[in-house]
Amino acid sequence: MGSLTKAELAERLHQDLYLPKRDAKLLVETFFAEIRECLRCNEQVKLSGFGNFDLRDKGERPGRNPKTGEEIPISARRVVTFKPGQKLKQKVEKFKGDTQ
Amino acid sequence: MTKSELIEQIASQLTDLPVKDVELAVKLILEQMTDALAQGGRVEIRGFGSFSLHYREPRTGRNPKTGEQVALVGKYVPHFKPGKELREMVDQAAKTAPTRRPHINPHLRLV
Repeated sequence: MGSLTKAELAERLHQDLYLPKRDAKLLVETFFAEIRECLRCNEQVKLSGFGNFDLRDKGERPGRNPKTGEEIPISARRVVTFKPGQKLKQKVEKFKGDTQ
Repeated sequence: MTKSELIEQIASQLTDLPVKDVELAVKLILEQMTDALAQGGRVEIRGFGSFSLHYREPRTGRNPKTGEQVALVGKYVPHFKPGKELREMVDQAAKTAPTRRPHINPHLRLV
């Protein structure tokens, strides 16, 4: 199975909601751009049923170059984490993988 | 930002679309992503990140109340990996002066 992409998301908006293709594409772009913008401003995004995008400020920690074994510090940074919502977790749990 | 605030934000930018359409679209986007993952698929959004499933091995858990042992089956959990653009954008913002954009609070009402 291929991956779901912005193009497919927009195609469904076009087919199911009869949105013109141009609007459908713009809507999908704006959807992700708005979430990104919110996270850039250090604001959590809560999409009930789907999940929350949170931000975490991490301090510097010691790391290693996996190739050379050389010790290099991993600088302090802000990262995005995703905490799946109850509904999404439940739906995914039911998936009985055919690969593992 | 909540789902309804996201809908408002999108609608305020795409002014020629009815809010109702934006609302339906947001719900359909989330539903499609959920369904893709529920079927064991991946979601790949360039510039944002990708969602996939991670497998959790079966394990013996405990009922925290009774202390009783319970066998937990293996299962899949959703996982999000932020894309390069999102990662850099968020980290860059943290390193420069934090700018909070003005946010419209729908619960605030003028009296």
